[in-house]
Amino acid sequence: MPSPVFRTENLSKIYRSGEKNEVRALDGVDLTVFESEMTVLLGPSGSGKSTLLNILGGLDQATSGTVWFRDTDLTALQDRALTRYRRDHVGFVFQFYNLVPSLTARENVQLVTDVAPNPMRPAEALELVGLGHRINHFPAALSGGEQQRVAIARAIAKRPDVLLCDEPTGALDSKTGVQVLEALNTINDRFGTATVIITHNADIRRMAHRVIRFQDGHIAKVEVNDHRIAPHEIVW
Amino acid sequence: MRALDLKLMRDLRRLWAQALAIAMVLACGVMVILMSSGLSAALDETKRAYYERNRFADVFVTARRVPESLMREVAAIPGIAASEARISGNAILDIPGRPEAAIGQIISLPLVGEPRLNLPLMRAGDWPANGSLDQVVINEPFAEANGFVIGDGFYANLNGRKRWLTITGTVLSPEFIYTIGPGALMPDAEAFGVLWMSRPSVAASFDMQGAVNNIALTLARGANEQHVLDRLDDLLEPYGGLGAHGRDLQISHAFVQTEIDQLENIAYVLPPVFLGITVFLVNMVIGRIVALERSEIGLLKALGYTNWDVSLHYLLLAGLIAIIGIILGWISGAWMARQMGEIYAEFYDFPFLIHRMPISSYLVSALAAFGAATLGAANSAVIAARLAPAVAMAPPLPPRFRRGLLNRALEALRLSQPTMMILRDIIRWPGRAALSVLGLGLATSVLVVANFFDDAFDAMIDTGFYQSNRQDVILALSEEAPLAALEEIRRLPGVLQAEAQQFHPVTLRHGALTKRVSIEARMPDADLSRVVSDDGTVVVVPPGGLALSHRLAQQLDLRPGDTVQAEFMTGTRETLSFPVIATVDQVFGLGAYTDLEALDAALRRAPRLSVANVTLDAGETEAFHAAIKDTPALAAAVFMSDNRRAFIETIDENQNIMIGVYGILGILIALGVAYNAARVQLSERARELASLRILGFSRSEVSYVLIGQVLLLAIAAQPLGWWIGAAIARLMTNQFSSDLYVVPLVLQPATYAVASLTVLIVTAVSLLPVWRRLIQLDLVAVMKTRE
Ligand SMILES: Nc1ncnc2c1ncn2[C@@H]1O[C@H](COP(=O)(O)OP(=O)(O)O)[C@@H](O)[C@H]1O
Ligand SMILES: [Mg+2]
Repeated sequence: MPSPVFRTENLSKIYRSGEKNEVRALDGVDLTVFESEMTVLLGPSGSGKSTLLNILGGLDQATSGTVWFRDTDLTALQDRALTRYRRDHVGFVFQFYNLVPSLTARENVQLVTDVAPNPMRPAEALELVGLGHRINHFPAALSGGEQQRVAIARAIAKRPDVLLCDEPTGALDSKTGVQVLEALNTINDRFGTATVIITHNADIRRMAHRVIRFQDGHIAKVEVNDHRIAPHEIVW
Repeated sequence: MRALDLKLMRDLRRLWAQALAIAMVLACGVMVILMSSGLSAALDETKRAYYERNRFADVFVTARRVPESLMREVAAIPGIAASEARISGNAILDIPGRPEAAIGQIISLPLVGEPRLNLPLMRAGDWPANGSLDQVVINEPFAEANGFVIGDGFYANLNGRKRWLTITGTVLSPEFIYTIGPGALMPDAEAFGVLWMSRPSVAASFDMQGAVNNIALTLARGANEQHVLDRLDDLLEPYGGLGAHGRDLQISHAFVQTEIDQLENIAYVLPPVFLGITVFLVNMVIGRIVALERSEIGLLKALGYTNWDVSLHYLLLAGLIAIIGIILGWISGAWMARQMGEIYAEFYDFPFLIHRMPISSYLVSALAAFGAATLGAANSAVIAARLAPAVAMAPPLPPRFRRGLLNRALEALRLSQPTMMILRDIIRWPGRAALSVLGLGLATSVLVVANFFDDAFDAMIDTGFYQSNRQDVILALSEEAPLAALEEIRRLPGVLQAEAQQFHPVTLRHGALTKRVSIEARMPDADLSRVVSDDGTVVVVPPGGLALSHRLAQQLDLRPGDTVQAEFMTGTRETLSFPVIATVDQVFGLGAYTDLEALDAALRRAPRLSVANVTLDAGETEAFHAAIKDTPALAAAVFMSDNRRAFIETIDENQNIMIGVYGILGILIALGVAYNAARVQLSERARELASLRILGFSRSEVSYVLIGQVLLLAIAAQPLGWWIGAAIARLMTNQFSSDLYVVPLVLQPATYAVASLTVLIVTAVSLLPVWRRLIQLDLVAVMKTRE
């Protein structure tokens, strides 16, 4: 049994807008994510998946409850320490790639390698996602799938301990979506990076070690896959 | 290079037009600092060196007639290092080929050797031969203006005799850096010359054998100037001393020093305007970028960049703009200081110019520029630092519009939906709307100031010349004469009117405050030279009273009803007290006005005149000039038309530069503010506006939401702009006014109208590119961008 990389206890997040308006995005979540595993977060829109991922990645802070990253209590960290945590340990992949349009593929990756403690070369990271030949292109000249792979290269270039992906294929068609999943799978296999992927697509869960189903801000069900399928077998 | 720095450089390149526009405004500020401080340093240094090399005196005194034997006592006054006694007087000159008469100020040279003080600098030729009676050295500008070469000559009206003087050399003198003739407002090198002649020749001309009337002194180190002045006045009183004074009242020095001080002042007045506008423009542009780059900011933070890294990124963008501005400003400022220096060296008669640019000017201007850019970016940098990464990456929530009182009031008006959108947005972002209003108001105010100069100088010329001084010529008599002398003047060819006037050098005393001025005495029915107050009424001073110019009254802390003591320095040197009956706004000088006959009665003498104001028949001016060239009783003639022309020319030149600079600046501001305001609107409301289109609103209705809002703000900005403009104009009139002339605060409705119209047109024009973007909005693409 692998050791846990994230553990949450009674984690809640309440968004307040105005006096009476209250949204319980997370409502008492107890969850464990394990080292080297690929975990898929599944659930309807608005069920709190992104909120959870943001808190795990140190982008947002919980209203109550506790989050451990290995032995660190993330909820106790101040802004400065959270920034350090993100810089040293976390790789993010977002649904809309979030590339800086004025930087080439290589430079977008370099954005991370400039500040990470032990990064790989940007070109190396881009080769890992199969983009060794397009490193000097600007985002505008890349297809959606290519842009997302640049984003993955950017996330892995720092050799992160965890890779957090929020609907990485959400804006892609199935063919390019598969390429992106291949890239994520490769990283997870090769480096044993704990990977959390949010998706709507129920098929994607079949490539994960573990599937966590979300409903209305809490965990509905956790399943473990005995048989993982390869990304190219996924259709949608 | 770090990837973040690459982004910085590329952002700068993408924004080059806006960046350059800001950099240019900033460069103007830097340039003015460099130019004015460099120029004032150069003039100051040049003046200092010139004074030192040519032994410019510290103390000056003119008297009626001082026996030469008294000079030993003068030299013995403690604190005096060196002295020079001279004979000086004015004469009317007749220059071959020039129909108009010219005026010469004649100064005697010592019997042996060079003058010890106020040593003229030989430019060409040589000193007059020892003991020569008809040889002169003249100031170089006079020679150049009249095309004289060594050996040429002219007639001078000396002691009732017309004498031919031959030019042996040309010089420049530290006493005449600013060479202005008696009664003139501007230097006129052709009509006024300084003549140095041998002592015996000058003595004969002015009946001064064995006597002098003009003494110059230098002070020993550490001497008390006031002490020396007092001792001199005591000593010279029996000999008609007109009051010893220091350099501050020496005309040439006073003008040069005023210029230097004004240049230094400009370094404080103008640059803050430019820097303030820079702050504003940087704030807008960086603010817009930060608003547009929300998700990039979130991303950088997600990647592990600290808040400070992100803030610094945007501060550096402003810093780069500042660097461009500083470089442009340094280059143009240093160049302008040099060019202007040459112009000044021409206008002022310096023999050389020491260019000097204090290192501190470079440092101060760069610091100020960086400060302005940083200040402008500070707000956005803080916003960028505060953005929480998760929030930054989500699309901005629709702003919460509250149904507050204002909104309810709006609803009650039953306006069209687009109009409601405009007004709601303004209510929702009052700070931003206020900033746009302030920016456009500043643009208007700068244009008000540009036009204000025009009005102010027109008013100066109108009241200074056409209302107050309507004579064609001022004739100065060598000696005061009884009023009957007017009859002779009326008999001169071409003279239509002639009126008497007196000038009396006095010290006015009110309590502990004193001021040395000239009292002007006129007949009550004087029509040519009059006292006209700023509302256009002619002030007739009742017998025995004194009217003062506003500025003078202020300096002496006098109000109508107070009494002022006047110590006369001429004639019997009496002290009279006058009730102050009025204070009047005057354009030129520190005027003090009284009634001529009452004054002469108080001085127990028959009415006299020292000056005659004359109007001429235009057809007979040549005959008039020819006649006065041969009239021995005249010491000087001031031709007011020449005066007006010289003044208007000089003013016009300055004014066009001012209007150009301020006009361009105002337009730049309006352009930057309006364009950026609309651009921010468009980027934030693209989705909303596209939705309107999809809902069936026409292009023009949607354009109206965007364009209408900015135009509405522009209109709202106008009253503010007028108010700020008037305030700046008031500040400037104070800055530019001196004892020599007062710039009146005149603001015509047309000035406001032109400024506002310009700003509104520029606003409309700068909205065009944004409007084009708006009507070309790809509706589908806008709606499809991420949720
Ligand atoms: N910044 C926010 N402010 C207010 N409510 C929010 C914010 N972010 C998310 N929410 C709300 O929290 C709930 C969970 O959102 P989210 O975590 O994005 O869901 P998911 O990613 O599963 O679609 C939703 O109801 C959403 O509207
Ligand atoms: Mg989500």
